[in-house]
Parts: sequence; C-alpha cells; structure tokens
Amino acid sequence: MTAGIAAASLSGGASLNAAGNVSLNWLGSNAGEIVSMFVHHIVLSGIPTLAGLIIALPIGAFANRYRWAYTPTITIAGLFYTLPSLAVFVLLPLVLGTKILDPLNVIIALIIYTLALLVRVVADGLASVPEETVQAAEAMGYRSVRRFLTVDLPIAAPVILAGLRVASVANVSILSVAALLGIPQLGQLFTEGFQLDFYAPIIAGIVLTVFLAFVFDGIIVVAERLMTPWKRARTEEVTA
Amino acid sequence: MIAWLFDPSHWTGQTGIWIRVVEHLAYSGITLAFAMAIGLPLGLYIGHTGRGRVVMAGIANALRALPTLGLLILGVLIISPVITNDLAFTLPCIIVLVILAIPPIMTNTFAGVAAVPEEIKQAGYGMGMTSRQVLWQVELPNALPLIVAGIRSSALQVIATATVAAYVSLGGLGRYLIDGLATQDYAQMAAGSLLVVILAVLVEIALVGVQTLIVSPGVSARKLRLTNARSARAAQRAESDERGTGPSAAGTSGTTDQEMAHR
Repeated sequence: MTAGIAAASLSGGASLNAAGNVSLNWLGSNAGEIVSMFVHHIVLSGIPTLAGLIIALPIGAFANRYRWAYTPTITIAGLFYTLPSLAVFVLLPLVLGTKILDPLNVIIALIIYTLALLVRVVADGLASVPEETVQAAEAMGYRSVRRFLTVDLPIAAPVILAGLRVASVANVSILSVAALLGIPQLGQLFTEGFQLDFYAPIIAGIVLTVFLAFVFDGIIVVAERLMTPWKRARTEEVTA
Repeated sequence: MIAWLFDPSHWTGQTGIWIRVVEHLAYSGITLAFAMAIGLPLGLYIGHTGRGRVVMAGIANALRALPTLGLLILGVLIISPVITNDLAFTLPCIIVLVILAIPPIMTNTFAGVAAVPEEIKQAGYGMGMTSRQVLWQVELPNALPLIVAGIRSSALQVIATATVAAYVSLGGLGRYLIDGLATQDYAQMAAGSLLVVILAVLVEIALVGVQTLIVSPGVSARKLRLTNARSARAAQRAESDERGTGPSAAGTSGTTDQEMAHR
C-alpha cells in the first residue's frame, strides 16, 4: 500500500493530495515517538556543542598564547575534521571500549568535530583582540584568568560565536547519520521512511532537523547580542 | 578488524577492497567535477560582480542545515522509480552529493575573490586591464588558496557522504559498513571505516600537495602572507577604531572553511 502511494504521487498532483492525507494520519499516530526522537536529537547534538566549546576555549587560548603551538594544534584539530562521520561512529567503540549502540560514541564524535572547528576559531578570535586593549586591561590590573574571562573573551566573542553557529548546525545534521547504527534521534525517521518506502517520515525528519538547527542558531545569535551590547549600539548606526 | 583487513580474499574480486576503493574515488571524483563545474563559475561571478551575495549565503546556509541522510533517501525514493536502467540508484545519490558539494566550493570562491584587496584590483585596472582580465589575472590567482581550500572541504564532505550513501545502494567503501551492519559483522564494519578514514586523509594530503603546486609563489610566499596578515590586522584595527567596536566577525582571518564564508 505504501509503495503504491509513493508510485502514485510521482504520477500527478491529484494523487499527491491523497498521499498528503495519509502523511498527516501517519504523523498524528506517531506523534509521541517523533517527540521522543526530537528530544533525543536536542540532547545528543546540544551537549557535544556545549562541551566542545568549553574544551576548545583553553586549547585555543593555548594555541594563541604560544606561537610554536599554533600550527601543530590547528593542524591536528583540522585533521580530525577530515574523518568521515559514519566511520568515526563505528571506530570509536574500538578506541573507547564502548558498545556500538552507546550514545556516548556519538557525543564524543560530535565533540571531536566541534573541537576541529572551534579550536582554530578561538585562537584566531583571541588573536584579533587589539594589543592596546590588552595593555589597557593589564594597566588596570587585570591579570591572567580574570583578563581572559572579562576582557579577551568578550572581545573575541563575535568571532567565536560565529564559529559556534557553524558547529551547532553541523552537529545537528551530522547526528542524523547515527540512525544507520540505530541510535535513537530524528535520523531514524529517514531510515523508517526508507524501509516503508514512504515520504511522510522523511519530510518530517528533514523539517524537524532544519528547525532544530535554526533554533540552536537563533539561541547563539541572541546570546551574542546579549554579550556584545557595544557592538549593537554602533552597528545600528552604521547600517542605518 | 586487523584479521579481516589482512585476509587476501577481501582484497580481490567484485566486492574486493581495490574495487571498492576505485568505486569510492570514481563516485567522489564525478561528484566533485560536477560541483566544481557549477560552483566555481557561480562563485567567481558573485565575487567579481558582488551580485547575488545574499541569495548565495542564504542557499549555502540552508543546505548546511539539511541532513544528508534524509536528502539521499528522499532523492532515491523520488528519482529511482522513474529510471529503469543501472543508474536507478546511483544517479539520485550523485545528484544529492553534487548539491551538497556545491556550497563549500561556491562560497569559498566568492570569499576568495571578495577578499582581494581593492588596491590590487585598482592596480590592475590602472594598467589598462579589462574587467575580465582583472578577474582572470588578478582576482583568480589571489583567490586560489581559498578556492582550493573550498574544493578540499568539498572533497572530504563528498568522500564522507558517499559512505552514508551506501545505505541507499551506492557502491564504494561504505558498502562494508552497511553490509557489515546488516550481517552483524563488526570486523568488516570497522575495517571499512578505517579504510574510509585512510582514504579521506590521503586525499586531503594529495589536495594540499596540489594546492602548493598551483598557487602562485607570489601569493603563497610566507613573506607576503605575513605582510598580508599584518595589513589585515591593521585594517581591522582601523575599522574597529572607526566604528568604535571590537573586532568584527567579518574580519576573521584564516577562515578557510566554507562555513565561515556565510557571514
């Protein structure tokens, strides 16, 4: 029956409507399951993004502070980005000693991808803090950790958060690949749709994944606006 | 996994490792060729004329958020019933892979051309060059490092996504992962994964080699890069002085990934 719908919907607009009704029924009767997948998706992509940011800050600061460390750190981080996600999902259990269905594999894999993107961004963001600002802060008695947290980091925030937006969106979409291994999240809607030869779950999965990516993106944009009030005051003038 | 890899019978025949590697490279190469044929001219045009930037950034951002697995499955479900020959499953995969491979190439090409300093372009026009000559002889060589970086990230993305596409019947190394998963053969899955990782890293190294070969020494020379970095930093400082702001995200240096070009 489902195969018939898929075939019919290819032949013309009228039958697409029929398929649409079936789709709505399908969505209605599976709403609970879909919500649960959505929540899993939020957790499994949100935690690695946050954890990756927290770990990237000291590594990026280290790479920025010591010139000799910059190139090796950035190169190694970049190398991690070359690893295909599905392969990493499969290989991590060997390295970590976890089971292949353990969500921890996915979380660690996404932390690695976040680091691969953010270490460079953090280092470059910190490098863009003007020398005069650093000197002024030092002259006012701001030292080491306090200067890093209250002076360097806020000034570098726009650059770092721009990178974080990329990482969060990438994580949301990479995570769906984990459905091939059977880890519960929105990607399962794709594999289910493929097995049923049925569009509704696939389209629902794509829409929800993109929606979640935009929500994460929006949260970071709002956070950036809150963290950089000085920027808003001036850019409004410039764009006006 | 090691035992599986060193079993000679896994290296030969129709489903042998060599055949799978060649398939993987062939699909990736075809995809990349199409993506370059579309993405490079578009990026050059948008960078040179400044037209369509907003549309490009919007499309690139939207595509980045789309889950590749969903697109692949949707592509196969929509396209394969219409095709009757051998391409029924391969073609939709290639189409989806091409669509996903275009944005990194296009946005990086745009960013590379747009980042060529105005004075350098003016110097070209001042020497009597036409708009087209400035594009080919000034903007393109200067933008090459970023353009190649875009092709590199696109290539890696294609190699990775081709692995996923094995789920919807594409050949290549991904078959070991999908077939291994179906038969609960973890050794096969892990070996296939390792092979994909090695292939990705080798391709990346090869493309870095290509990059050093084709980028003009005048552009890639360390000395020049340092001066550029210094002038970029000075420009950024001037800009932030003028606006009374901190450094803007727009001024970030070294953002070679397509990801950053969307600002």
